[in-house]
Amino acid sequence: MPAALAARNLACRRGDRLLFTGLDLDLPAGTTLHVTGANGTGKSSLLRILAGLLRPVSGEVDRTGSLALLDERLALDPEWPLGKALSFWARLDRCAAPDQPIAAMQLAPLLDIPVRYLSTGQRKRAALARLLGSSSDIWLLDEPFNGLDTDACNALRAIVQRHCESGGNCLVASHQPIGMEADVLEIGAFAP
Amino acid sequence: MSGFFTLLRRDLALLLPGGSRGGAILPLVFFLAVAMLYPFAVGPDAPLLAQTGGGVLWIAALLAAILPLDRLVADDLAQGVFDQLALRNIAEETVMASRLVAHWIAFAPLLLAACLPAAALLGLESGTLRLLVLGLLAGTPGLAAIGLIVASLMAGLRAGAALGGLLLLPLAIPILIFGAGSLAQGDATGIALAGAISLALCALAPFAAAASIRAARES
Repeated sequence: MPAALAARNLACRRGDRLLFTGLDLDLPAGTTLHVTGANGTGKSSLLRILAGLLRPVSGEVDRTGSLALLDERLALDPEWPLGKALSFWARLDRCAAPDQPIAAMQLAPLLDIPVRYLSTGQRKRAALARLLGSSSDIWLLDEPFNGLDTDACNALRAIVQRHCESGGNCLVASHQPIGMEADVLEIGAFAP
Repeated sequence: MSGFFTLLRRDLALLLPGGSRGGAILPLVFFLAVAMLYPFAVGPDAPLLAQTGGGVLWIAALLAAILPLDRLVADDLAQGVFDQLALRNIAEETVMASRLVAHWIAFAPLLLAACLPAAALLGLESGTLRLLVLGLLAGTPGLAAIGLIVASLMAGLRAGAALGGLLLLPLAIPILIFGAGSLAQGDATGIALAGAISLALCALAPFAAAASIRAARES
């Protein structure tokens, strides 16, 4: 089943402020979409709406395939060693080869270190390993390049490309250029 | 179903003594501290201690049940664990049912075991001790259920921990009345009622807690 994500006429309100209205979005299988916009324009809220974690004021989301979200929250227990924290999600996702994402993100030397001691970039890589292990079709990445060094950024670009080539799709929210071939959605254009 | 046991394993690893959420020993220490301090406060009057000691231990157990609440749910909400579980189509109700079981296992058996040294400290008779342990066995699942609901309601709030205690105590009054009331009566009929209240609360708690988590996500 090919992965697909589409949204029609989305509007989002946070508190008293309307962030965007009339937002249409199409993400067929094999494509990458770069959602861009200044801070506070609703990129993260859009991702949470697409993930079904936040209800939009209006509009609807159509989704085919399983979905994974990467945001600033790790969902890894800070006191646990990284290996143990990741293996909880690997078991839950019934990941057949839990070592693969760990190798892809070069986390093997860090497995014994409690998550709270990891640096910003290492945390991001750990969260990416959790995402890879879930073998989901649709990836929603919120500022995935924040904190990553150049090598890790390139590795991530290659991983996203491979994911799209194998029939998945990927939505990257970032205020910076992401350095990959992608359609661009400027969220500021939908501000009321 | 295997997902439930994976969740339960994580919850137990976090909540049991020596787990990374810590705090499992705290209710036990608090409970024993009350049993130790009470004779100092009322004086070494053995008949008085034997008569009132059971009730004091009930109150100690009630207050001890508040202690683990602040980290029961709030950390996972802040770390996005509930969001990631929701993305995997695991119902919040399942997550909360597992949390309820783990919470009870982490705090109640220790408290029940502590009744023995506490009863010795207060000079309780064996009949009173039996009713106390049976009553707590029937009442603690209800206390755990109320605790889970309160912890989930408070998870998104800043001053949640203090407010949590205030919310738990009035809700626990029925369990206290029937559980501790059986000590005065000297028979176990009240305990059956406390157990019935506990069962009803345990059935309700996963749904109430799940609704609170969903509401906290939207805010």
